[in-house]
Amino acid sequence: MDTLFNAIDLSKTFKLKKRTRGLGSHRYVKAVDGITFDVGLGETFGMVGESGCGKTTTARMILQLEKATSGQMIFQNVDMTTLGRKQTKNMRRHVQMIFQDPYSSLNPVKTVDYLVSEPLKIHNIYSSKSEIKDKVRETLEIVGLGSTDDWLAKRPDELSGGERQRVGIAKALVLDPEFIVADEPVSMLDASVRAGIVNLMLKLKDLKQLTYFFITHEFDVAYAICDRIAIMYAGSIIELGSADEIIKNPLHPYTQLLLAAVPPLRPDKAWGNTIADGECAYYIQVPAGCKFQARCDKCKDSCAEERPSLIEKLPGHFVACYED
Amino acid sequence: MPLLEVDGLQTHYKTDSGRVKAADGVSFTLDTGESVGIAGESGCGKTTVVMSLMRLVDHRDIVGGKIILDGDSILEMTDDEFRHLRWKKLSLVSQAAMGALNPVYTIGWQISEALKEHTDMSKAERMERAMELLEQVGVEPSRVNTYPHELSGGMRQRSMIAMALACNPKIVIADEMTTALDVVTQVQILKLFQKLQKDLNLSVIAISHELAILGQICEKMIIMYAGKIVEMGPTEIIFDEPKHPYTIALLGSLLDIATSDKKELWSIPGRPPSLLNPPPGCRFAPRCTHTKPICKENEPPLLEIGPNHCAACHLIK
Repeated sequence: MDTLFNAIDLSKTFKLKKRTRGLGSHRYVKAVDGITFDVGLGETFGMVGESGCGKTTTARMILQLEKATSGQMIFQNVDMTTLGRKQTKNMRRHVQMIFQDPYSSLNPVKTVDYLVSEPLKIHNIYSSKSEIKDKVRETLEIVGLGSTDDWLAKRPDELSGGERQRVGIAKALVLDPEFIVADEPVSMLDASVRAGIVNLMLKLKDLKQLTYFFITHEFDVAYAICDRIAIMYAGSIIELGSADEIIKNPLHPYTQLLLAAVPPLRPDKAWGNTIADGECAYYIQVPAGCKFQARCDKCKDSCAEERPSLIEKLPGHFVACYED
Repeated sequence: MPLLEVDGLQTHYKTDSGRVKAADGVSFTLDTGESVGIAGESGCGKTTVVMSLMRLVDHRDIVGGKIILDGDSILEMTDDEFRHLRWKKLSLVSQAAMGALNPVYTIGWQISEALKEHTDMSKAERMERAMELLEQVGVEPSRVNTYPHELSGGMRQRSMIAMALACNPKIVIADEMTTALDVVTQVQILKLFQKLQKDLNLSVIAISHELAILGQICEKMIIMYAGKIVEMGPTEIIFDEPKHPYTIALLGSLLDIATSDKKELWSIPGRPPSLLNPPPGCRFAPRCTHTKPICKENEPPLLEIGPNHCAACHLIK
């Protein structure tokens, strides 16, 4: 498979405000800490982790909404981190985002027509208004919404959550991008609506030959849509492999913990009994060694000394853990 | 006699375009120590039902039905009479997004506020009790003087639970208690809640749009659709032998990653009806795949189809 996107040793460090300096002299937080991954053409690459693990920061860096502190991002053989403003704008035609919250990501006073045609106007793709209108209608149809004048004149408050998210998808697709970054696109939706959006995204992927970078914290969604999944913990990828491998044969203790926390569909008295107290770490001072050591029940001496690197333990299945 | 009996509750919100029939003839009972889960999509009326129980909706919007709590009809009480019951008999744990806790008061202050209203403890005793409660829910008692923003999401949710338990209520209502939390924190909170329920013999009404979560913590399940109960029964039966087409579709929209290799999610086409003018007959009929002519004419009653198992569908014999 050809590679569409490549992140090499990508990092993002945020400087803390002066007020939060009470925590000693460390004034930086490493939201993303040197991650390397590649997304193949036509692939759905999933990123899963708890809040604060750096998955949204990664998405924002891919879209150049956040400047990477170090590292490279190669998209179609160009390093995106070196682009100027104009080139970045051109690049954004090819890389679009679907946002998490369909309630706050759509301007409530604008019509569906305006919302979906705005990207076309910004990028100045069509010269005539009728061409823009045709493109908007076509896009609304492929995302499963109506394309009558009535529909174009609707405003977000007249739409249900699922319909709003479809407008969000139409906004992303109207520029015919190759790469879509979807940041938790279904986590605000009801289960029945969620399935509709996931199935729509799968259909559009085939129809438009899209590649997805898909962020979620829900394993069932990741299982349904992703080809490969990366598990993030405190800014690092700790496990990476095919969706089947990650979910059916997790090797890292953290992935095992996350999967044990997913409620089974059938009532099960034993569910969750293995889960100890502890919360996802936000590191201002990163410990030497493995970041997960404080919560890990298999922690050895070596874990505290040197950080385990991502090693291919099974074909295509990478794990950053000393455990065999 | 059950601890709580809800009989034909009708909460119809008054709006400019007419009455929205958010809960329309909801009946169920709750025994001491029992846990019941109410599930359904957004807008199905589950929050309206519990808000009516807590009398947090305008009393003029409750247009019919009875709510009997411990032998008292709470809809007939004056606001003042009910205020004395709230927190003591019936308390609420809401979704602890930042909004549920007051950001300018310490959590100790907020827990003791309920005690100040309902007991005659002194200030020192109240703080003592707040610390005791925090310990019970697994928060360091020394955090009693911290503000909500200094706590993690999980600890804020634990503080919300401590607050709900302050006056030893008989019934605790958990409204989307773990929705905004990470999966691992979610398990920790639910396990804590289950333990407290057993230790204190609490009756619980849990609301969530996540069926799997309710399945883990509730003995009885109520499935609501468009303001009505469509199916109700013991949790195992609802999960293993669901009868109503809506329950079946709702369960089909979930994936069981632990045991199955199925990767396809089913969606329910269409959207719930407007509750301003709900369609005649079964409210699920427009989205149902088994619709018969009778479904569009007569409303199906909620009938017993097995031991403690009720469903409202014309097609179930």
